[in-house]
Amino acid sequence: MTTAITRIEGTALPLRGDDVDTDRIIPARFLVSVTFEGLGEHAFEDDRKAARDRGVSHPFDDPRFSGARILLVNRNFGCGSSREHAPQALWRRGFGAIAGGSFSEIFFGNSVAIGMPCVTLSGEAIAELMDLVSNAPSTRLTVDIPSRTMAAGGKTFPLSLPENAREAFLTGRWDGTSMLLERFEEVEAVASRLPYLRDF
Amino acid sequence: MGETLFQKTWDLHAVRRLPTGQTQLFVGLHLVHEVTSPQAFEMIRRRGWTVPFPSRTVATVDHIVPTRDVARPFRDPQAEEMLTELEKNCRAFGIPLHGLGSDRQGIVHVIGPELGLTQPGMTIACGDSHTSTHGAFGALAFGVGTSQVRDVLASQCLALDPLKVRRIDVEGTLSPGVYAKDVILAIIRRLGVKGGVGYAYEYGGSAVDRMTMEERLTLCNMSIEGGARAGYVNPDATTVEYLRGRLYAPRPELFARAASWWLSRASDPDAPYHDRVRFEAAKIEPAVTWGINPGQVVGVTERIPKPSDVSDNAREAVSEALAYMGFGGGEPIRGTRIDVAFIGSCTNGRLSDLREASRVAKGRRVAPGVKALVVPGSQAVRAAAEREGLDVVFREAGFEWREPGCSMCLAMNPDRLEGQQVCASSSNRNFKGRQGSPTGRTLLMSPAMVAAAAVAGEVVDVRTMLR
Repeated sequence: MTTAITRIEGTALPLRGDDVDTDRIIPARFLVSVTFEGLGEHAFEDDRKAARDRGVSHPFDDPRFSGARILLVNRNFGCGSSREHAPQALWRRGFGAIAGGSFSEIFFGNSVAIGMPCVTLSGEAIAELMDLVSNAPSTRLTVDIPSRTMAAGGKTFPLSLPENAREAFLTGRWDGTSMLLERFEEVEAVASRLPYLRDF
Repeated sequence: MGETLFQKTWDLHAVRRLPTGQTQLFVGLHLVHEVTSPQAFEMIRRRGWTVPFPSRTVATVDHIVPTRDVARPFRDPQAEEMLTELEKNCRAFGIPLHGLGSDRQGIVHVIGPELGLTQPGMTIACGDSHTSTHGAFGALAFGVGTSQVRDVLASQCLALDPLKVRRIDVEGTLSPGVYAKDVILAIIRRLGVKGGVGYAYEYGGSAVDRMTMEERLTLCNMSIEGGARAGYVNPDATTVEYLRGRLYAPRPELFARAASWWLSRASDPDAPYHDRVRFEAAKIEPAVTWGINPGQVVGVTERIPKPSDVSDNAREAVSEALAYMGFGGGEPIRGTRIDVAFIGSCTNGRLSDLREASRVAKGRRVAPGVKALVVPGSQAVRAAAEREGLDVVFREAGFEWREPGCSMCLAMNPDRLEGQQVCASSSNRNFKGRQGSPTGRTLLMSPAMVAAAAVAGEVVDVRTMLR
């Protein structure tokens, strides 16, 4: 069903700040729905409004960054609520990858499951990339999964991606349910040995 | 060398090593609610999959349910659609649902324990980050996203990487007026909101050993706020006695055997830990958050930090939080005026929480201009509280007594802050906009501290109100 993901290429959007939680990425009122459709336009809705009220432009409303494929963030991005609506909103807005200082585990896993790699770079590299993109928004960046590198502005930065996730993207196994069903007899074997499923 | 509960539980539930290198882990109990499941069921249908272990999934409704008028259909048509969708999905796939109208309905992390579904040595998953709560029983409980809800429905498994285990000892005795909520906020304050990424937190030490199950639930609940995906307490006699006689607990003739297996799940005395951290219970005081994440917290007798108090790399975050909260920095947290008081949530919506809050409320009045609500965590909590007359105590003091649900913890129902209101809240997150108003402000604290703030109209030290 799924396809390999090897390289994400395009312009980038810098979003500064540590500990950006998923309530900020997509406020809870947009979760009152039975589908993920339409979430993209509400990404960072309240932060964007707060910026407008202060008379500044939120990066998500800055036309210089429209159409960006790669989101640049700082540390502990996606902390808080486990809502998959958060990576869904970013993915539906057009991002194919997120590059940052670090990610919350649940957000990272949710992003793998929808085929959107979250790659980690050093704090210095992220700062340099954010400055580069802020000064020259048309700069094209490339996240290359096989070589674990990010290329931008004639430079190459090493990135890290856990081997499991890298393997999942390269083999197309990131959409994991089929893989979990491959050897169902082994699942049944585990179920049959659990004391709490067999009257102890 | 012995093993931790984490290792024992992980190994027992491991199906195989996946081609990606992750472990395929069997999920013993899957809890479902209305918000993170509809898209998962839809994917199951589209792919033509089934739910092979429907009795190992249990559903309830909590996030969107109104707490005042629960008559169907709801006034919010989208909320009504979400409930209808869950009811339809549970019927179609044979999944038990403790829905609206059932006396077993409530917040998913409150009903799992009280129905006896949550048991030691299990793996548990739920599409909700506060699933870490269930670790209080010595279960390994993971919050997951919707794609993983789909994985568990279709295969009863998750693909996961193992976690490191950090042992956190809380030694000594908590002072009166200091609660499990204050302990976990002290832990997050020291270890940070991202300090637990990659870890499961194992809580122990004499203060934790003495905690009731409800206190342990509060402690484990906020593990995720420290970045730890899972947190747990080793099962002991307190755990076993809590489970005895619960609806889904083992039958009496099996109970002794079950109990001995549960106790065997505890970490061995010589189990290896990645690292250990120690806290002195006596040094912990009632805690109040002043910022926009749960690590931005001080004791009630302390002052709010100034940007100049902190290191260079933290200064910007402190300034941002102060600006959002409307604090100048350097002022005492005590005396901060509040507009709303919220007692409830999966962190602090249980009977003992309501009892402690009612001790403060009894014979006092909510301050003029403060809106105060008490939202029990479940129908069972509500019924038990009403049997003790707690509803009367709260009502007489001017609190609103509501129907169970998640309510103002995340404001997906009509219970919301307005404008820049300041809310003293017994919930778990003080993120920007968390309680429903994009500019609303949250001060996290224990339920007793919330009750004290409600009657004073400002943050006060609850210890001055408890006799």
